Amino acid sequence: MSHQSTTAEATETAGADIVVVDYGLGNLRSVTRGLERVGATVTITDDPAVFEAADGIVLPGVGAFREGMDNAGPYRDALEAAVDRGQPVFGICLGMQMLLGSSEEAAHAGEGDVEGLNFIPGTNVRFSGDLKVPHMGWNNLTVTSDHPIADGIDGEYAYFVHSYYAVPDSEDAVVATSEYESTFPAIVANEAGNVFGTQFHPEKSGETGLQILQNFVTICME
Amino acid sequence: MLTKRIIPCIDVDLDDDGNAAVYTGVNFENLKYTGDPVEMAKAYNAAGADEFVFLDITASADGRETMLDTVSAVADECFIPLTVGGGIRTQEDIKETLRAGADKVSINTAALERPALIEEGAKAFGSQCIVISVDARRRFDDAGEYYADVDGESCWFECTIKGGREGTGIDVVEWAIEAEERGAGELFVNSIDTDGTKDGYDIPLTKAVCDNVSTPVIASSGCGGPEDMHEVFTDANADAGLAASIFHFDEYSIEDTKAYLDEHGIPVRL
Repeated sequence: MSHQSTTAEATETAGADIVVVDYGLGNLRSVTRGLERVGATVTITDDPAVFEAADGIVLPGVGAFREGMDNAGPYRDALEAAVDRGQPVFGICLGMQMLLGSSEEAAHAGEGDVEGLNFIPGTNVRFSGDLKVPHMGWNNLTVTSDHPIADGIDGEYAYFVHSYYAVPDSEDAVVATSEYESTFPAIVANEAGNVFGTQFHPEKSGETGLQILQNFVTICME
Repeated sequence: MLTKRIIPCIDVDLDDDGNAAVYTGVNFENLKYTGDPVEMAKAYNAAGADEFVFLDITASADGRETMLDTVSAVADECFIPLTVGGGIRTQEDIKETLRAGADKVSINTAALERPALIEEGAKAFGSQCIVISVDARRRFDDAGEYYADVDGESCWFECTIKGGREGTGIDVVEWAIEAEERGAGELFVNSIDTDGTKDGYDIPLTKAVCDNVSTPVIASSGCGGPEDMHEVFTDANADAGLAASIFHFDEYSIEDTKAYLDEHGIPVRL
């Protein structure tokens, strides 16, 4: 689980072509700058036709599950095709929650269920206890299973802002956890390993976050 | 475990040549030049700051363009959350500030004047990026709603505008509750009475707000050192402590502050 210096790896991974899916939500600038910092070439796009040529796809996102899925709907087929081809797909925050099958958030909003992308079977539920919601701030990570996205980050801190968290059907889908009221998944991945997501924002998590973006770029170059 | 956040704040104005520069004041007055905003942000990022607050105090249209460029320059260098406040009055202002690279916007007077701006901002961009800032002032009369004890006297806290020069008659705690209901994702609580004094945060004020909302609260104004941060986390239950002058004038480093808090049982990111 050791990692080389960022500079050395940046040279090694230079040239990874990453697409960041622009489906109308959030600040894409930080994740783009973060990926560039670790040596990637980034294209922000709303055109699913360019997914196939990319080395990896980032699904960012802030906001609500229903709006997120409404906006991401047009990309569902292209994302499914990418996953089937084995391309790395990285969901961040709401983008991670959308990798699962459903969310309590959309159910609460009424108007019937909203289907997630379902690359990782399971749902998302709301924190329910005495602690403040949203869970906002820096919390530490415990890596629970071996996955290259989590190389070199065990015990480090990451920046979270969220009210819901993932509950995958299979415990094997949990790569790292954090604690807030109880233990919840901070990083999840599918069985094949090419679809994964972080509940926290790597682009806002300092050096630890840049390490994760570096890990992603390394995965994309394999 | 979720940690308490230590947040340096930089007040940015234009210098005589029209460039963005950081100024630090005492009691919202007597501003003193302290440095280049991008260089300061980089240094704080390296020192382990958990977040930045960047306040545009130019309050001019000319300044605004320069400020957004400076926000972008800071955001490109620092991979930690960035809150930008000052002069944000409309949904369009929120949008362009977020687009420039801010993660959150801090809104003060404009929300007091038109509270629906909170709902509009939260709906369009998410509650997590809408921070409501208040400049509170102690009032020792019977016009308030929520009273606290300050040195044996009963007082309430009034929302002020124009850097504390004008009262609004609105009770800070009542406004905090309303702002939360309208979708504010965080509350940024400044005190006219303790700002720049370095005698400690306004604990009764911060506690009154924290006791009545479930939204995270950033305590501000009056921090003179790590002990004051400790007090506001333990006695008022604030989620984050903001400071300007103690960090800008190198009286304490972020590292020293965090080491002190860690030794005294406060969870911090080390």
